[in-house]
Amino acid sequence: MHRPRDSLAPVLRDPEGLARLSPEEWDVVVPQARRSGLLGRLADIAERTIGTDAIPERIRAHLLSARILAEKRRREVLFDIDRLVGLLKDLLGTVVLLKGAAYLVTDLPPAAGRIFNDIDILVPRAELAPVEAILSLGGWRLGEIDPYDEQYYRRWMHQLPPLVNAARRSVVDVHHTVVPITARVALDPGTLLDRVAPVPGMPHLAVLSPPDMVLHGAVHLFSEGEFEKGLRDLDDLNLLLRHFGTENDFWDALLTRASALDLGRPLFYALRYSAKLLGTPVPPEVSREMGPYRPAAAVRGLMDAAFARAFRPPHPDCRDSLTGPALALLYVRAHYLRMPPHLLIPHLLRKGVRGHAE
Amino acid sequence: MQARSVFLRTGPFLTHLQTANHGLLEGLLSLYDARCFVDRPPFCDFHVAVRSPPLRRWIRPKVEFLFEGAAAFKPSPPEHALPMFESGLNWAISTTVNQYLIIHAAAVERGGRAMIIPGQSGSGKSTLCAGLVFGGWRLLSDELALIVPQSIEAVALARPMNLKNESIEVVRRLAPDAVFGRPAEDTLKGTIVLVKPSADSFDRVEEAASPRWIVFPNYEKGSASELIARPKAECFLELAANAINYGVLGDRGFNTLAEVITRSECFEFTYSDLAGGVRLLTEMSDAA
Repeated sequence: MHRPRDSLAPVLRDPEGLARLSPEEWDVVVPQARRSGLLGRLADIAERTIGTDAIPERIRAHLLSARILAEKRRREVLFDIDRLVGLLKDLLGTVVLLKGAAYLVTDLPPAAGRIFNDIDILVPRAELAPVEAILSLGGWRLGEIDPYDEQYYRRWMHQLPPLVNAARRSVVDVHHTVVPITARVALDPGTLLDRVAPVPGMPHLAVLSPPDMVLHGAVHLFSEGEFEKGLRDLDDLNLLLRHFGTENDFWDALLTRASALDLGRPLFYALRYSAKLLGTPVPPEVSREMGPYRPAAAVRGLMDAAFARAFRPPHPDCRDSLTGPALALLYVRAHYLRMPPHLLIPHLLRKGVRGHAE
Repeated sequence: MQARSVFLRTGPFLTHLQTANHGLLEGLLSLYDARCFVDRPPFCDFHVAVRSPPLRRWIRPKVEFLFEGAAAFKPSPPEHALPMFESGLNWAISTTVNQYLIIHAAAVERGGRAMIIPGQSGSGKSTLCAGLVFGGWRLLSDELALIVPQSIEAVALARPMNLKNESIEVVRRLAPDAVFGRPAEDTLKGTIVLVKPSADSFDRVEEAASPRWIVFPNYEKGSASELIARPKAECFLELAANAINYGVLGDRGFNTLAEVITRSECFEFTYSDLAGGVRLLTEMSDAA
């Protein structure tokens, strides 16, 4: 039987298509969705579009199970957010949530059925040390991390090493800027913090403004070195763009911010692959405006080939002979974006040597 | 040898296994009932593989268990393929299935009523379970008790039972005619032998049973068989700690477990002689 390399993108692009899936097709879709962290989202889509009763019982059980897991993660994240607010409100006044946690508290479309992992918060760089100390009192401390990695985070990255709550096993990522310190794109985090929006009904919480939320998602995804959850993250962007895109001034604001923050390139990639793979409706005039941010044709061809593979589910069915090289290229690229060569080469050598030793 | 596809029906689940491991295929054929092997179904719940990782085919060969293409455990020697498959399948069920409350426990049935036997390794859970199954009870599951939240019934899996170390001989003496698999030696848990459930367990695999007893086993060398009632509240907490997806199910998990406890008598069961212990539990169930 022919097994499509990516069975998920067509379903995410056209949710009504779920109704037409045969059990044999579900047999391919379910494992790929589970590996991509998207089974809960499929369950939510199925429920909203065709109703789960239309799906054969054996398959429905998997969707239901993923939904139950997503609900559990949702409860846990809300509980942890409440704890974080309690710990940090005196110091910060407002806790700024990023990514999944932000979608959750503002009830944005990517939150539905999403299997949440870490909680990401953004704090002013000057408050980093007290934030770390207070979170430690609340039980969130450095997990097991080797000293080299810890130093790497602290010196070069845009976030502290992940802080793990030993009792609850939840993870908090404390960001103090949006991109790594060493990165070629330099961005003053203050410019993001200045424009946060309060969360209705949840005092002491804020999220990024819609354009910043999209740009933050884009810069993360397209400077990322690992793509286990790449398709999920791309679909998060797709859903945000579809949601905000109906508001009149959103696209203008997005372009203005991208230019002001010098994030045109990651936005270019986000719009390109979100539209290509997931059918995001990007207005033609916006695409035209993105022209100056386009990489040269040769680079674009290479990136198209690499990202086409990175955004497939991390399942052996979805691999082809170029998947390995494509993922390796993006891994090195991610580090190249973060670090100048005199830091990059020793770092990659060290990672490579250790990777093989394990 | 080329990898072969095997489609296995175990209670409510359909599993697609790909493997070239001859010992594993042979083991499955001897330890599962012929009716468990089915033609390719349109949809399988679990796609798993037991295969040699690249580079580990010739020198100190190893096999690994893949669930949906990802390795679930560290590679093991090829002779451990069968117990690896069995625990891999348990792992796949416990990490993905939430339409049931899953309790890490053995479960057996007699007269339509189920006995749930939770217990950590060394408590004598599997030994007692095998003893009961060869003493006239029907096996539901020796490792994962699945409870349907809507009906509060325990669902049968009818898969081979897992015996370790000393308990292998104990069960052999009690049921010399049972079908035992080839021993897997020097696993993390010592020597493991799988044993085929009774014919009745396969015949009636589609019959669920209502929980009636919860028995916490306590194997104690030289002790007399003794059944002591335990407070329900205490058993609730202990059972919740053994319920793998209790937290995931939230209030559904709480309500299901509360109903199981309400309908059940709870005991601690100390034993050393398996045949005597089985007799005592059987008499208790007949009197109830």
